[in-house]
Amino acid sequence: MRQAQSLLVQAFCEPTSVAFLEEPQWDLLIRQARRADLLARLCARLGQYGSLARAPARARNHLDSARIAADQHATTVRWEVRCLKRALSGIELPVILLKGAAYLLADLPPAQGRLFYDVDILVPKVRLDEVERALRKHGWSFMHLDAYDQRYYRTWMHELPPLQHLRRRSVVDVHHRILPETASLKPDAEKMLSASEPLEEMGGVHVLTPSHMVLHSAAHLFHDGELEHGLCDLADLDALFRHFGKMPSFWDELIDSARELDLMRPLYYALRYTTRVFATPVPGRVIDTSKKSAPRVVGKRCMDALFTRGLAPDHESCNDSFSGLARWLLYVRSHYLRMPLYLLIPHLVRKAVRRQFKE
Amino acid sequence: MKVSSLSQEQLRQSLSGAGLNFRIGGFVFRIRSSLAAVIDGLALLYADYPLAPHNEFADFHVEVRRPHGPRRWFRPQVLFFFDGRPWFKPLPLKHALAMLEWGLNWCVYGHVNQYLIIHGAVVEKDGYAAIFPGGPGVGKSTLCAGLVARGWRLLSDELVLVSTADGRIAPLPRPVSLKNDSIELIERFYPDAVIGPRIAATEKGTIAHLRPPADSVARAEEYAQPGWVIFPAYESGAATQLTTQPKGLGFMRAARGTFNYHVLGLAGFQALANLIDTCRCFKLIYSDLDDAVAHIARLEPPSVATRKASAP
Repeated sequence: MRQAQSLLVQAFCEPTSVAFLEEPQWDLLIRQARRADLLARLCARLGQYGSLARAPARARNHLDSARIAADQHATTVRWEVRCLKRALSGIELPVILLKGAAYLLADLPPAQGRLFYDVDILVPKVRLDEVERALRKHGWSFMHLDAYDQRYYRTWMHELPPLQHLRRRSVVDVHHRILPETASLKPDAEKMLSASEPLEEMGGVHVLTPSHMVLHSAAHLFHDGELEHGLCDLADLDALFRHFGKMPSFWDELIDSARELDLMRPLYYALRYTTRVFATPVPGRVIDTSKKSAPRVVGKRCMDALFTRGLAPDHESCNDSFSGLARWLLYVRSHYLRMPLYLLIPHLVRKAVRRQFKE
Repeated sequence: MKVSSLSQEQLRQSLSGAGLNFRIGGFVFRIRSSLAAVIDGLALLYADYPLAPHNEFADFHVEVRRPHGPRRWFRPQVLFFFDGRPWFKPLPLKHALAMLEWGLNWCVYGHVNQYLIIHGAVVEKDGYAAIFPGGPGVGKSTLCAGLVARGWRLLSDELVLVSTADGRIAPLPRPVSLKNDSIELIERFYPDAVIGPRIAATEKGTIAHLRPPADSVARAEEYAQPGWVIFPAYESGAATQLTTQPKGLGFMRAARGTFNYHVLGLAGFQALANLIDTCRCFKLIYSDLDDAVAHIARLEPPSVATRKASAP
């Protein structure tokens, strides 16, 4: 079973190897990629290596279709960023982009064939009310109007409840911290904010510095997310490491920033799993330094067992008998990291009960 | 090999085992189900469809089965699985065949961007396609079945696939989904029709599926030139009116009824603009099927119509 998993990852790592795939393997590759939300990226990747022509015609159609949808996502996000810029210019605040939108606007490799579901921005916490008012004035409104949801986000989370534009239906997540208020790691968002760099091509729009961008992505994948798009996020990290790793000062800055921001543990995970899954080139000294922040032996074994499963495509061909349990434990872990148990348990019970009623 | 060349028992075994690769238009669907209603439905409605070898690339892997847990027995339900994962809300078990049909539609309109996909029916005669855009309730399926009964080739009763590469219409012949009164109407209108079991009390009322003619299935890879775009509206008791639809309005109406116009961006606009440009556009109000079909049969293809218009 484990062998089949490598079909998608292998196609990513060695795009030219797809030349040797038979039709049933292409069938499986497309399904794994679709499930992992990586179909359009696979298309971009195969395209870069001239391997698209190796795909059987009907497999090629699926790759192209996904690419067309991803291109449209990109166009939409560019437009959204312009709209956000206009909305925030009234309060003289730059738009600081995070994650996907940042990769796209800064023209970074992970943007190739990436799918976007919403735009994430970072704002100073002291200006949060102003930002909220400005966005609402320009047509965004909260999707969750339920008092409990509002309180949950505002008291405990690192972002406002998602805001959706009334006409365009696009969603923006307004972050004011890196991790939830209640999380045990407490990276200082102000440092990322003040170091953010304006984009040359578009005034009034900023992105994080390379090392902050990587750390933010790592913190989200390993300390916040529910790993729904785990492999996708790991592929982002791989692409960022490969891209920024060519700059001589990057690795030292990365370690320094991780120490300064209390994000050594997520960085350790990011390095461990990108190198393991995608064979990302990372200098040995960086790996050695990061290992000092690894969990202890037992913890490390456990996390390896969980993450190797959680970061695989959630497809029957990649799952073994522990995959379901591993995903569930990672889900519990993500919540546990977000908030202490005395807050978490009532929250999860409430969520479960409400889901029952909705059905 | 065709579906009809398998015995009922062979069909049951394959479908409830690893599944069978159905070749439908330009796609291969791997379908699995051990539900009797689905197996019987496929045996009847898909008898003429070719089967692709098991090791051929399948575009979509689908399964229709009952859920685990209490709803397997208590007011039993059915689920549609897309590549091993349940999609859509469960439906009553009795709607299994209808759910498969809806699921197969979604596979195409939710994933395929080589075509601009218009919600509507489309039939062909002498190489030209007549396109009937419209959502549920406008009478497009009835009209489509009526035209098929009078010798038109069925391309699709639900999804019009307009190639973004060359503007031609790709066939996706599948059973025509007849609703409520139109089931009896078609039974009378088309005595040779093979119609599947009536499925009562669905979201759209009672449904029954009309088996596509063998010729339509056999010619499923033969594209058609777009000829006419006709916006149908069924109005009880109305006399047939087939009137010209201004092209600008036709474009807007057709765009509203597409699945992926917004995804295709510029390519979508160009495909639709080209379609509306090449086609003659009409509005059809009808209540008498025979008369409506006769009106449509008298329409001249765009090339002939243009030649006449430009003649001195």
